[in-house]
Amino acid sequence: MDGHDHVFDDRTPGVEEHEPTASILSYTAGLGLAILATIGSFVVSQTNLLWPPGIPVGLVVLAFAQIGVHLVFFLHLGSGPDNTNNILALAFGVLIVFLVITGSVWIIANLNANMMPM
Amino acid sequence: MTIATIDTLPTAVPAELARGRGGGGPAPKRTVVAYGFWIFILSDIVMFSGLFAAYAVLSGNTAGGPTGSELFNLRNVFIETMCLLFSSYTCGLGALSAERRQAGRFLIFAALTFVLGAAFLFIEASEFAGMVEKGAGPSRSGFLSGFFTLVGTHGVHVTSGLIWLIYLVAQVVAKGLRPAVLRRLLCWSLFWHALDIVWVGVFTLVYLMGDFR
Repeated sequence: MDGHDHVFDDRTPGVEEHEPTASILSYTAGLGLAILATIGSFVVSQTNLLWPPGIPVGLVVLAFAQIGVHLVFFLHLGSGPDNTNNILALAFGVLIVFLVITGSVWIIANLNANMMPM
Repeated sequence: MTIATIDTLPTAVPAELARGRGGGGPAPKRTVVAYGFWIFILSDIVMFSGLFAAYAVLSGNTAGGPTGSELFNLRNVFIETMCLLFSSYTCGLGALSAERRQAGRFLIFAALTFVLGAAFLFIEASEFAGMVEKGAGPSRSGFLSGFFTLVGTHGVHVTSGLIWLIYLVAQVVAKGLRPAVLRRLLCWSLFWHALDIVWVGVFTLVYLMGDFR
């Protein structure tokens, strides 16, 4: 196990292994972007900055942006070949989350629409 | 893309150097441990997705009781969000200090993380207590059952994260920053960052969407 072979290993989830000096910067940049996204969400929901019917869409976009910031800057997920396993696991998780949430909302909305009038 | 970057593609990696991918033996232990924990976190998030779905389905069913905009205090939610965000930051810096074997700095960041997490829990607990006092407990309506289940489960996760952190700090003090302890710290920091990600979903879906409606 000499010095250079670990460069080709899979990336350990949650660790920025190859650039230790870049890591504090990465966490700080992530904190700044996440704070911006959070403030953006609160401002959008409490003001008429966005066209009111578009507010839910704006909030969802900001939430996805913030989750992306957390994944990249705090959990250090990237697109490199050493990250393939981590990203594939995440993609499968996202698929299941999407199926559970949209499936439930869709089915129950249908059931509600077809209820007999009380 | 230049020739130099093509050389770094996986096909150019000699098989005997690509540990964990068929050649050169298994991946290092901490990669295996953290990857396993990453799978656990994703399954935990799948469990949360069920609670999110239940809340999304039930959020309109207030049964004549109070609605979200009558109950939620967004100023508190903003403070809670900032507590969790900054605790994720101090958790990351603490993990870095641990990797560099700086036990003193690690303990300072662990203490900051603990205080921020405890502040979050304190605000959440007083919010819950205030709601129950007003007669808006989990049994009042479908909306409130979904609310307490989703937000409460997140709160239970934060509580167990704090207990786990105390246990790990005790290990660092007693055993030092040796590889097994570092692996446990790595799992804990993954857990803590994941809780912050779940909270982004909670404050967006429950509090912000509930309040402007």
